[in-house]
Amino acid sequence: MKIHELPGGVHPPEEKARSLGDPIGRLPLPERLVLPLAQHLGAPARPTVAKGERVLGGQRIAEAQGAISAHLHAPTSGRVVGVEERPIPHPSGLPAPCLVLEVDGRDEWRDPEPLADPWGASPERLLSQVRAAGIVGLGGAGFPTAVKLAPRRPIHTLILNGTECEPYITCDDALMRERAAQVIAGGRLMARILGGPKILVGIEDNKPAAFEAMAQAAAPYGIEVVEFPTKYPSGGERQLIQILTGLEVPSGGLPADLGIVVQNVGTAHAVYRAVVEGLPLTHRIVTVTGGACRINRNYELPVGMAVAEVLAHNQFAPEACTRLVMGGPMMGFALPDPTVPVVKTTNCLLALSAAEAPAQPPPERPCIRCGLCAEACPASLLPQQLFWYGLAKDWDRLRAHNLFDCIECGACAYVCPSQLPLVQVYRAAKGEIRELERERRKAERARRRFEAHKARLAREEAARAARRATRRQAADAGEGGDAPSVAQLIAAARSEARGADPAAERARRQRAVAAAEERLRLAAERLAAAEREGLGDSQRAALEARRAEAEAKLAAARRALAELEAEAAGARAMDKIAASPRERLQGALRRLEDKLAALEGRIAAAAPEERPELESARTKLREKIAEVRSELAGLGPEGDRRPEDPAALDAAARAIARARERAAARAALSPVERARADVASLAERVERARQKLERARAEGAEQAAALTEALERLEEKLARARAELAALEGDETRP
Amino acid sequence: MSPLSSPHLHAPLDTPRLMRLVVAATLPGLVGLLWNFGWGPLINVLLASVFALGWEATALWIRRRPVSFTLADSSALVTGVLLGLALPPLAPWWLVAVGTFFAIVVAKQLYGGLGYNPFNPAMVGYVVLLISFPVEMTTWFTPRELLPEGVALPGLGESLSRVFLPGAQVSPADAFTGATPLDLFKHQTGLLVEQIYAAYPLFARAELAGYGWEWVNLGFLIGGAFLLAQRVYTWHAPVGMLLGIALPAALFYDGGSSESGGSPLFHLFSGATMLGAFFIVTDPVTAAASRRGRLFQGLLAGVLVYLIRTFGNYPDAVAFAVLLTNFAAPLLDHYTLPRTYGHRRARRGTEKIDG
Repeated sequence: MKIHELPGGVHPPEEKARSLGDPIGRLPLPERLVLPLAQHLGAPARPTVAKGERVLGGQRIAEAQGAISAHLHAPTSGRVVGVEERPIPHPSGLPAPCLVLEVDGRDEWRDPEPLADPWGASPERLLSQVRAAGIVGLGGAGFPTAVKLAPRRPIHTLILNGTECEPYITCDDALMRERAAQVIAGGRLMARILGGPKILVGIEDNKPAAFEAMAQAAAPYGIEVVEFPTKYPSGGERQLIQILTGLEVPSGGLPADLGIVVQNVGTAHAVYRAVVEGLPLTHRIVTVTGGACRINRNYELPVGMAVAEVLAHNQFAPEACTRLVMGGPMMGFALPDPTVPVVKTTNCLLALSAAEAPAQPPPERPCIRCGLCAEACPASLLPQQLFWYGLAKDWDRLRAHNLFDCIECGACAYVCPSQLPLVQVYRAAKGEIRELERERRKAERARRRFEAHKARLAREEAARAARRATRRQAADAGEGGDAPSVAQLIAAARSEARGADPAAERARRQRAVAAAEERLRLAAERLAAAEREGLGDSQRAALEARRAEAEAKLAAARRALAELEAEAAGARAMDKIAASPRERLQGALRRLEDKLAALEGRIAAAAPEERPELESARTKLREKIAEVRSELAGLGPEGDRRPEDPAALDAAARAIARARERAAARAALSPVERARADVASLAERVERARQKLERARAEGAEQAAALTEALERLEEKLARARAELAALEGDETRP
Repeated sequence: MSPLSSPHLHAPLDTPRLMRLVVAATLPGLVGLLWNFGWGPLINVLLASVFALGWEATALWIRRRPVSFTLADSSALVTGVLLGLALPPLAPWWLVAVGTFFAIVVAKQLYGGLGYNPFNPAMVGYVVLLISFPVEMTTWFTPRELLPEGVALPGLGESLSRVFLPGAQVSPADAFTGATPLDLFKHQTGLLVEQIYAAYPLFARAELAGYGWEWVNLGFLIGGAFLLAQRVYTWHAPVGMLLGIALPAALFYDGGSSESGGSPLFHLFSGATMLGAFFIVTDPVTAAASRRGRLFQGLLAGVLVYLIRTFGNYPDAVAFAVLLTNFAAPLLDHYTLPRTYGHRRARRGTEKIDG
C-alpha cells in the first residue's frame, strides 16, 4: 500500500516512553464524580434523574437532546446530590451545568445489555446500541459517534485512527497493545453499521508494539494495518486520509464526501464494549504524564473524576508545574483550575515542568517572514500572511488566504522563531468573521422583511386604486346603461388586488409558507436556547405557546398553497377531458411544434455524426405535424362539440379529484420531502426510459437515438434533483 | 490575549539564533576575502557591525523602543556584516558610517524596524554609497597571488591607518589595486573570450572564473549550503537567482565571440553572485512569502543581474537587482499563493470570496 507524504509537519520530542512503562492501571474510586452535561459536540444532554435519587453504575442519568447530542451514564453507583453549575474543562474556563454524584463505594451496576447476536444484528440495531451507550469520538473532538456512523453518502473506507501523533500521549498506544482484538472487533462492528466498507488502520511508526498487536488481531479479517513515518500532525482526520489514500477532503466538506469515515481506535473499543459487553461509555483511558508528575502512566478512569485527584495519585508536584494541560502539548488547552473533572474527550493530563514549557511564553519578536511556518503547515497555508492580515483585521484577505482551512494544529507556532501566538490570532479572527457573518445574515433578513413590507403597502395601494377605478367605471356605466352588480365589482377588485396572474398568486403563497417555516424555526431555536439557559416555567410556557402558534400558522399557509395547487391541477385536468376534439388536436399540434423547435436547436448544436439520426427524427415529427393539421382541417362542426356522455364526464370528475389530491399532497410536503419525492419519481422515470430504450434496441427500432437522448436528459434531471436534495438535507441538519 | 495558548511546546530555534547562524555562515566567504585581499575585509566587517549596532541602538532609543532586547535579535549585526562584506577593502571609516546609517536608520528603522522594511537594508546602504562615492566604491585590490614582484598587500597597521586616517596617506594605493574580473571582462571589446582568458593572469590562472574571486564565491556557496542544511531557508530563492544568471549567460555566450556576454560559469563565480544568492536575495523580510514566489523572485533577480552586468553601466548588479525585485514581492505574493489542502487550485491573494 502506498503511503502518501504529508506536506509540512514538525517533529517535536516524542516523550512517549515515559508513560508506557506500566500497563493500563486503575485508581481507587473517588468520593464524588462531577459529570458535565455537555461532554460532546452539539446540544447538552438533559438530566433524567432527580436530586437525591440513587443510581447504579451504567444507568442513564442524562439523555441526548436533538440530533447531535449524546447520552450520559453513571460510572458507578451512588446518589445524585446536585445538578449545578461547575467549572468544566473548556478553554473558556466558564462553568457549565453538571450532575454531581456522591459515590457510595459499592460499585453496583445495572445489568449489562449486550446484543444477543452482535454479528447477526442489523446495522440499525447496532447503531441504536451505539447511540444508547452515549459514545462520542474519543480522539479529542467528541463528536457523537452514532451521528458519524450514519452518513448521508455511501462509505467505501473506514479508517481506524491509531496515529496518536501528539507528543506525550500514549492512551491509544496502550489500548492497542493490550486490547487489539477488541479494537479490531469494534472496527468491524462499525464497518457493519456503515454497510461493509473496507477497513484501514493507520499507526505511526513510533509504536511498533501496538502495530504488531494490531496487525496480528487484524490478520484473520483481511484488515490492513498501515505503519507510516512519525510526524506531527499525521493524526489529524484530514491529514490521515491524505496519508493513507492520497485524497483530500474538499474545503468545507466532510470525509464522508469522499466516502470515508475516520474513527479513533478508542472509539472502536467503546463500540465493542457497548455492543458485545453491553456497557455504556463511562470510563476511558487517560495518559497522566509530564515532568511535574513523578509517576507517568495510563489509567482507565471514570468520567467525572477530578483532575486534581488523579494527579494526587501520581506524585504530582504543583510547585514544579508550569502548565497543566488537558490533551496534548500541541493542541491541548491549559487548565485554569485543577478541580475540573476528566470527561469523555480527555485523552491526556499533562503536567509540564519549567524544563518543558516556561510558565510565561517568551516575549514576542516581530515577524521576519522567514517562512518556517509555511514549511511546517500541513494544510499548505501561508501562516505568516494570515498572521499579518489577522492583526490588520483584513477579513477579505484572510478568506482569500483560506483561513478556514486552518486546523489549528499549532505546527506554525511551534517553529516560529519570533514566538508569535499564531494559532491564537487565527482563532480570534475566525471567531470575529463568524460573528460578522451572523450579523450580515441578520441584516439580510431584515432587509428582505422591509422589502416585503414595502411591496405589501404598494399592493394595497394598487387595490384601493383599482376599487376606486371600478367604482368610477360603475358610476359612468350607470349613467349610460345597465350597471354591473356590486358582487361583480368586488370580485373584479379582489382579483385585481391579488394580481390576476395565478403564477404570481402561487409565488405569494409559497413565500408565505417559507416565511412561516422560518418563524417556526426561530421560535424552536429560542425555546431550545431558553431551555439550555434554564429559564423559568412561565417564560418557557410563553415560548412554547409562541412555537405552537407558529406551527399552526405554518399549517394554514401550507393548506392555502395546497388549495391553490389543487384548484390549478383540477382546472388543467378539466380542460383536458372536457375539451372538444378540435381543442384537443390544437393542443397536440402546439406540443408537437414545440418539440420540433427544440429538435431544430439540438440539430444545430449536434456533432456531425449525430446529425443523420436527429434529422430522421425531424422528418418523422414533420410528418406527424402534417397529419394532425390535416385531421384538424377535416373536422366538421361536430369537432367543436364537447363530450357530454355521462361516463366520460364521470371519468373526468374522478381524474380531477385525483389530480387535486396529488397536488394537495405535494403542496403539504416540506421542501426536503418534496425534493425526495421528485428524486423518487425521476428515478422511476429513468428506469422506465431505460427499459423502453432496451426494448427499442432489441427490436432495432429507429427511435433508439432519440430515446437515448431522452434517457440522458432524464438522468441529468435526476442528478440535478439529487444535488438539490443533498443541499436541502445539508441545510436541514446543519445547526 | 491569554498567555497560555496551545501549542505548549516550542522548537529551539529563535530569531537571534537564526540571525547568528547567518553571520556564522558568512565565515568561509570572509576567509576567502581575507586570503585574497588582506586585512581590509575583516576591518570592514567589524567596523560595519559596530556602526550598524550603534545606529540601531540610537534609532531605537529615539523611537523609545526596548534597546537591548531588540539589539539581541542580531538583525543589525547581520546587516552590518553583509554590508561590510560587500564594501571594497580598506574603505575609509566614514564610508562605512554613511552606508550603515542609510542601511539601518533610513531603510529599516524609519519604516518601523525589523520585519517592516520593504527593501533590503544592506543593499540600500550599498547602493547609496555606490551612487554617491563611485571612486571609493570601485577601488578593489589585486588578489595576493597576482601582485607584481616586491609588492605586498598592506599589513594590519597600514590597513588601520588607511581606514581611519584616509587623508593622511602618503603613498597612493595604486600599487596593489586592480580590476575585478567583471570589470576586466566588461572593458575588453573586440577580443574573443579565449583571447581575454589568455591575456590576463586573473583569468589564465583561474579554475572557474576569475582568480581569487572564484574562491570567495565558493566560500559563500559553502556557507549557503550550510544554511540550506540548517533549513534556515529553502532552495527556491538561491537556485532561482543562480538559474536566472546562468540561463541568459548560456543563451548569450555566443560561442565565446567578441560579442559574448561571458560564460555561465564566469558569471556564477564572479562578483557578488554567491553572496547575493545565499545571503541577500534570501532575506525573508523583503522577499515574497511562498516558495513559488521566492523562486520567481530569485529568477527575476538573477536575470536582472545578468542584464545589468552585460548591458548596463555597472560591472556588478546584485544590489540593484535585489532592490528592484523587492518592489515585486507584493505582486508575486498576489499570484503565488500555494494550493491549500482541499482546494482544487490556488487562489489569488486579493480574491473576493462571497458569503
